Amino acid sequence: MSAAQHVLFDLPGPRARRRHLIGGIVGTALCLGILALALVRVAEKGQFEADKWVPFTESVTWTFYLLPGLWATMKAAAVAIVLSMVLGVVLAMMRMSDIAPLRWATSVFVEFFRAVPVLIMMIFTWVMLVKNPTLRQVSASLGVQAQDVTFVAVVTGLVLYNSSVICEVVRNGVTSLPAGQREAGLSVGLSPSQVRRLILVPQALTAMLPALLSQIVVITKDSALGYIITYPELVSRTRQLGSANANTFVAYLVVAVIFILLNWAITKAAEWIESRQRRRRRGPDPRTAPSVTMEGSAPTDSLDAPTRGA
Amino acid sequence: MLELIEQFNVLGAFWLNIRLAAVSFVLALVLGTVVAVLRLAPVGVLNWFGSTYVTLLRNTPLTLIIVFANLGLWAQLGLEFVPRDRPNFILENNFWLAVLGLTVYHAAFICEAIRSGVNTVPVGQAEASRSIGLTFPQSLREVILPQAFRGAITPIGNVLIALIKNTTVAVAIGNREIAYAMRNMIEFRPDAGLLIFLLVAIGFVALTLPVGLLTSWLSTRLAVKR
Repeated sequence: MSAAQHVLFDLPGPRARRRHLIGGIVGTALCLGILALALVRVAEKGQFEADKWVPFTESVTWTFYLLPGLWATMKAAAVAIVLSMVLGVVLAMMRMSDIAPLRWATSVFVEFFRAVPVLIMMIFTWVMLVKNPTLRQVSASLGVQAQDVTFVAVVTGLVLYNSSVICEVVRNGVTSLPAGQREAGLSVGLSPSQVRRLILVPQALTAMLPALLSQIVVITKDSALGYIITYPELVSRTRQLGSANANTFVAYLVVAVIFILLNWAITKAAEWIESRQRRRRRGPDPRTAPSVTMEGSAPTDSLDAPTRGA
Repeated sequence: MLELIEQFNVLGAFWLNIRLAAVSFVLALVLGTVVAVLRLAPVGVLNWFGSTYVTLLRNTPLTLIIVFANLGLWAQLGLEFVPRDRPNFILENNFWLAVLGLTVYHAAFICEAIRSGVNTVPVGQAEASRSIGLTFPQSLREVILPQAFRGAITPIGNVLIALIKNTTVAVAIGNREIAYAMRNMIEFRPDAGLLIFLLVAIGFVALTLPVGLLTSWLSTRLAVKR
């Protein structure tokens, strides 16, 4: 963006610089004014008094409420991430299969679960596991304890939706590959399914790594939906913490910061992996590297790299 | 099945989802455009405000935002949108608290959609419009924004689809929308659970499919030939 911006806004002369300065001051004053107004209202209600914040220095707040909540959030997210990736790749293979009925069935599955809200799937799984006699028997015979039902429901909802999304990401990655990859594979005598498994999907996964990694943030955020089906994750624990100390407002602020830092760290890690990979793929010297890249529709770095820091 | 639909007021529940989505979408468009202007402005501080807003809101779970609106903003700070003496005060206030949460969350995504629309305009367009002597407002009005809006149609449509699905989160603060109705229906008739789920799911397909078709039709129809 920064490159485009310079062209979008002509290099400013003295008058434009003055105008920008005035605009900057007015805009900043407006933003700070709104922020200050909000803070004053919050302070009037006594949210900045010490007794609202002291609980965060006590160890029980962390050992009993926040860390178990964070652990539950991360556990559900991690299991869902692994399962969605595996199922997503399998679905992508099936959706590109040579067997037409399999392709159709997978298409229906994927399009259906992309259209249904995650929460609806979670509530459905949860209520059915608790109320439906047949499902209760099945889950009991599989060794699902009564207190694990909400965990199973959260993971099921997340996996059904996100594996469908990942299937489409992988498929997009395969279409973005040069046709020569597939043709070369076929010409050395691999079968179409071998070509997909050995040549196309591995390349698609690396080409689509940024999209796959950003899906991790989505899964982590959506695991908070577990609050609604009483899964004891971070948002539920925070509610308990807030009512125990009568500081719900402050508690949720602190937990929002935890979530933001967690997701921000994932985003940063994704960016780091991406840049490392781009460097590695490009070889030692970018100027002499062959002009044919495997990236397909992957962005050219000069325009896009700075914006990704969103 | 039909008496079940009637008994649990499925249509009324879906209507609440539609109202939540419609009101939040309009408000999110307004707020998202403001944030996008901040992010695209030629002033560093304003860029910072815009990108901070997007980073903070995009990385917070929607559930947390909506629960916070209820337990934090209303219960603790006394934020009320409707007069307290209304007979359905709690329900109506929760509707607006959910709208508030949905709006601030999706405004961040609308901002990014608009920005990606601006990014589809090749740099050469701005250069060319300057070189034929258009002033900055003129080039924005005649050349850049018309193309940017067209490029933003598909991403904004995707945000709308996500918003429609996310209205179900409003159940977290006691809005009697479709997730609430579905839970009660399955608890009442656990034997017909799958059928009830399919009914709700098809309802969502019916709500989101036209949006997807409309945006893809619009974006191909209005596509800028390059």
